[in-house]
Amino acid sequence: MADVLKAEGTDGAGADASHDGVRRRDFIHIAAVSFAGVGGIATLYPLISQMSASADVLAESSTEIDVSAIAPGQAVKAMFRKQPVFVRNLTPAEIAAADAVDPKTLRDPQTLEQRTKTGKTNWLITMGVCTHLGCVPLGAGQGEVKGEFGGYFCPCHGSVYDTAARIRKGPAPKNLEVPPYEFTSDTVVKIG
Amino acid sequence: MSFPWANQYKPTHPLMVYLDEKLPLPRFVYNAIGGGYPVPRNLNYAWNFGVLAGFCLVLQIVTGVILAMHYAANAGVAFDSVEHIMRDVNWGWMLRYAHANGASAFFVVVYIHIFRGFFYSSYKAPREMIWLLGVVIFLLMMATAFMGYVLPWGQMSFWGAKVITGLFSAIPLVGEPLQQWLLGGFAPDNAALNRFFSLHFLLPFVIAGVIILHIWALHIPGSSNPTGVEIKSESDTVPFHPYYTAKDGFGLGVFLLIYCTVLFFFPNALGHPDNYIPANSMSTPAHIVPEWYFWPFYAILRAFTADFFFIPAKLMGVLAMFSAILVWFFLPWLDTSPVRSGHYRPLFRKFWYLLVIDTLILGYCGGSPAETKYVLISQIAAAYYFLHFLVILPIVSSIEKPLPLPFSITEAVLGTDAATA
Repeated sequence: MADVLKAEGTDGAGADASHDGVRRRDFIHIAAVSFAGVGGIATLYPLISQMSASADVLAESSTEIDVSAIAPGQAVKAMFRKQPVFVRNLTPAEIAAADAVDPKTLRDPQTLEQRTKTGKTNWLITMGVCTHLGCVPLGAGQGEVKGEFGGYFCPCHGSVYDTAARIRKGPAPKNLEVPPYEFTSDTVVKIG
Repeated sequence: MSFPWANQYKPTHPLMVYLDEKLPLPRFVYNAIGGGYPVPRNLNYAWNFGVLAGFCLVLQIVTGVILAMHYAANAGVAFDSVEHIMRDVNWGWMLRYAHANGASAFFVVVYIHIFRGFFYSSYKAPREMIWLLGVVIFLLMMATAFMGYVLPWGQMSFWGAKVITGLFSAIPLVGEPLQQWLLGGFAPDNAALNRFFSLHFLLPFVIAGVIILHIWALHIPGSSNPTGVEIKSESDTVPFHPYYTAKDGFGLGVFLLIYCTVLFFFPNALGHPDNYIPANSMSTPAHIVPEWYFWPFYAILRAFTADFFFIPAKLMGVLAMFSAILVWFFLPWLDTSPVRSGHYRPLFRKFWYLLVIDTLILGYCGGSPAETKYVLISQIAAAYYFLHFLVILPIVSSIEKPLPLPFSITEAVLGTDAATA
């Protein structure tokens, strides 16, 4: 070992080895490969990013719905971001059924109050996308099965939602999502 | 590697001698699937299915490349372009039915190939790498088949894409962004359809590459055989060509008879009528199921209906579904019995039959509606499925008393082994 160090110390001093045995060339190798590596990884970014939603898909789309024609007990399906939205006018009985449940017993504890706008608790507006794997639950259309809790029923894997569109039974982990919306007038709601 | 008694490639024609010096491709083929590859003399028809699977891949690539000449991967016209293939393109109906039913045939053949592997413990040393590569091929096949099913852009295509990419949304934290990244949007649309087409075209060639590795790994120890006893001498083997090219050729003929019967007389028997309805993002078909070859795994996905400790039911179902295949990766180390063939393992053999029945039950439940009765049966069958691999196999391996093995393949076939006795 001592001989090696000595040898490097003598003939390396003038050429390309410093006193600790690191040659100039080692530095160039590491620097070149590191630089190329960083460049290679940087190149991956656009290759991965191109898969994400493009600008036209992301362009904020909002939907306006006239709810004046929806009688209590009825619902309509609208489209928001290429996915269905359920706008439902709850009957007093449905509201009472939703309020009768202790939220603490639910899988995703929320009250009907938290899922609707103040003073408009009869307007239940949710995405029509099952939180399990994304099917459109039944129950919004005329004559469709509403499930044993009177809300929505997803035919794909049997998730059952109640009259506040809260998950009550089946594999879905969350309540139906409430999208951002506001009432622009008493009869028009703007989603998104 | 080959055995020392393997036939040597000796070209006689001057052109072949010239070619052998410059590019020894004929030599390579001769040693791989010709007279230069010694194979156990006792292979039964269960050993036909590797060659048949290779044939199915070629069939799918040929019909698929042709279909791609007439298909348009755009959400606006994809459905119509498939109908154009069916009605207007010369022989288009046959090529599309051949491709759709070819996928089913491929899975039938590969499932038999896999369960052959289970019965004869083909995954055991020294053939673990062949098995592991085989599981990789199966996973690639599933991805390819799924993306291919999306391309006609019917109702089942659309909702299949939504549900399967929805699986990824179960992953904590990154799930939702990951699903949007996979789809290129909030729901399946043009971006998703286009990338699925691109990948559906690419993956079969990746599968072909992994098959080359699968066969390369096979040729190191050589083929296994129904006794599970390794090759001892030349009398245990025959050259691949003409013995097994002939046997595989006969098997291929039987396969083609069955395949063509389905193709020409029952081309839609394995499909879903809903997929002849154009994709509609506002309405889910009442009964959505994947293609039959995914049913056992789909049943396992649906078997989880309640949260499991702190893991949500949805994530649990997804984890279980993927684990049902990933557990195969550990098979060479879960089955510790030194005896390979199920013929000499009386207890193991009974459980093999139970696994076949259990998988069929799972498949039946996976294709049925999400009703309580089927979900309950799925739960029991799914529990048994994992029990088989994780508990029963290791226990059976340690307590079972195997039957006496023959001294050699030759003895198993002829009763005596004059060469080595």
